[in-house]
Amino acid sequence: MKDWGYSILKGRQIDFENNDFSIAEYITKHEPSFRWCIGCGSCTATCSAARLTDFNPRKLKLLIQRGEIKGLADEIAKCMLCGKCQLVCPRGINTRNVIQNIKRALNTCHAL
Amino acid sequence: METEGKKRVWEEYQKEIADDHYFYVRSCIRQTFFPGSETTFLKILQNDLKKDVFEDARHTTCTGIGYHTDIVPLETTMTVIARHFALMTEAGYVNIIPSCVTSFGLYTEVLDTWRHFPEIEAKIREYLWKATKREFKVPENLVHTSDIIYKFRNRIKDLSKVSLINKKTGLPLNVVEHIGCHYSKMFPQSGVGGAEFPAVLTGMIEAWGGTVIDYPERRHCCGFGFRQYLVKANRGYSVSNSKKKFESMQPYQPDFMVANCPGCSMFLDRWQYTIAEMEGITYDSNGTGIPVLTYEEMAGLVMGYSPWDIGLQMHQVSVEPLLDKLGIEYKKEDKYLGSNGQNIGEPQKPMFLIV
Repeated sequence: MKDWGYSILKGRQIDFENNDFSIAEYITKHEPSFRWCIGCGSCTATCSAARLTDFNPRKLKLLIQRGEIKGLADEIAKCMLCGKCQLVCPRGINTRNVIQNIKRALNTCHAL
Repeated sequence: METEGKKRVWEEYQKEIADDHYFYVRSCIRQTFFPGSETTFLKILQNDLKKDVFEDARHTTCTGIGYHTDIVPLETTMTVIARHFALMTEAGYVNIIPSCVTSFGLYTEVLDTWRHFPEIEAKIREYLWKATKREFKVPENLVHTSDIIYKFRNRIKDLSKVSLINKKTGLPLNVVEHIGCHYSKMFPQSGVGGAEFPAVLTGMIEAWGGTVIDYPERRHCCGFGFRQYLVKANRGYSVSNSKKKFESMQPYQPDFMVANCPGCSMFLDRWQYTIAEMEGITYDSNGTGIPVLTYEEMAGLVMGYSPWDIGLQMHQVSVEPLLDKLGIEYKKEDKYLGSNGQNIGEPQKPMFLIV
């Protein structure tokens, strides 16, 4: 392939027609509080793993809702399940159970 | 909605297009990359429709490319355009028809500015007088050349020898129409159909037998955008825009694209080659790409002109598959013959795009 000195950018639009919502549906079914999230970012602010890595639970939740789940398995592996996010969540979301369900969903829905 | 109401609404989207006596101004990009287009336009208007079209060799760039890249100041641009109006006035014409959508947009912008700020017009008149000792009258009718072809589309249909119909299947060809952003997005009232329902190319395609594809990214920019393209490092933005359109139109299997803007025709054509070289993909089923025509070339084919006389050999994406669908006869060996019968040289073969 030729290198012209510039690259073709990948589209940044959210492709709701072709994205994969199976993970989001699985989590919502098994941990309905997942829907309560208002995206405040408290979870990310207190996250132990986020201090050491680029793990970002808030971003992860947004991407799952959009059905953009590429690389999800690697990302979720960074979580240490310490539960601090659950302590600070203003909506009382069972975030640890959400993480556990993401892992289960990955085994059930996808071999990512 | 009642039919009468619809008609009334549609009337707001129409514009006045002069019937004859045009002062024609060329496009920098179109006459460089698709030189046959402008010649074809003149032939159709002067020889076939018997219209009075005048052009002046002293006409220059409108400075559009420099203006939109922040190199040329607006006052300079206005003075250059005032000079064009002076040439038109000197020749005794009142209807100006730019071939370029950028020029059309810029002329419209300048006239609109002068309408709102007469003191600026007075200043520009002074600049022009000091620089060239010329005076001018503001054009009575400013339309793009695609508007002229649109106006005479039914007359062209009466004179046509070819329809936009697949000769083998008898079905209308699927056509992607692409309107230049500066044609109607900046000043919607200046384009036939406004910014939302531009009818200028649709009208031609449907009058000549084709079907227009309504695909999701139909009104998306082709990606030219001046500064997106002129700086090499930014060209990724340009090609990404085109790619977005190609991906959106691909499922509808277009037989060809047609554009009324010189830049759009150029980029929709050339970027197909670039994407093929960078990613090894094309947006048709046989690897030749989707042919791109200017509206003058489309009109030329409909009128039965030879594809090589109207300059279709200048396109990156081969037009032969389209000519075969239209049932137009052509000689392959004549493709690269100049008007003097001498070979003008053949381009190198691309790695992926089949030509």
